[in-house]
Amino acid sequence: MKPLLLGIGLALASLPAAADKQRLPPDPTYKAECGSCHVAYPPGLLPASSWQQLMARLDKHFGSDASLEAKLHDEIGRYLAANAGRRAAPPGAEPRITQTRWFLKEHRKEIPAGKNPSDCASCHKGADNGIYED
Amino acid sequence: MKWMFTVAALAAAGSTFAAEPAGLLAGYQAEARKSDAAFAASAQRGAQFFSEKHGSEWSCASCHGNPPTGQGRHATTGKAIAPLAPAANPERFADAAKVEKWFRRNCNDVLGRACTPAEKADVMAFVLK
Repeated sequence: MKPLLLGIGLALASLPAAADKQRLPPDPTYKAECGSCHVAYPPGLLPASSWQQLMARLDKHFGSDASLEAKLHDEIGRYLAANAGRRAAPPGAEPRITQTRWFLKEHRKEIPAGKNPSDCASCHKGADNGIYED
Repeated sequence: MKWMFTVAALAAAGSTFAAEPAGLLAGYQAEARKSDAAFAASAQRGAQFFSEKHGSEWSCASCHGNPPTGQGRHATTGKAIAPLAPAANPERFADAAKVEKWFRRNCNDVLGRACTPAEKADVMAFVLK
């Protein structure tokens, strides 16, 4: 069984599988609680360690109070951990998706002046529903 | 206090609680009257409170826009925020627990503390005007 599991693990870690994950519509609780101030970013864009860092200080979330009651905090924390990506964590105590190597490479020369890199929906019109193909 | 306990209990239970904007405003006003019997919610005071900064980088209007019947835009992320005024967006002020959650978060961002019932009543009077 072990070689097979390892094979599945490697397949999951490859790009197409990660892209499939990003296409999943976001969990309704996650979207309701985390998708008001910004797009409900696909969980696969950060590794579990980065989500943990962010969830540990939601009361000071990039300069804003995004705190959650305990039950929702647990539920969303579990969802992010279960759907986290496998790419390298971005630097810093407040990890930013826009500073991951993947994001920088994927978007080089692509973000028009005046657009905010964290406002996915300003270019990806389906971002609110987890669709980033345009 | 009873009203506040009800809201807190429902919020803690994570349940939604169908509410009506005018009823919520009346609740905040009643709460404010416990420390100031003459208090009456004022749309004019609410307008000033809404548009002014209170020691932090943002005012309420920084994200919600002014007038609150229009679409807002998050001051950091740029994400579109649906209108705050129920006249333009009937989903607003329809769930007491949700209203309390956003007052908690946003007052902390704008004032660095919780809003008082009087401040909430004034802002609601302005937004419902």
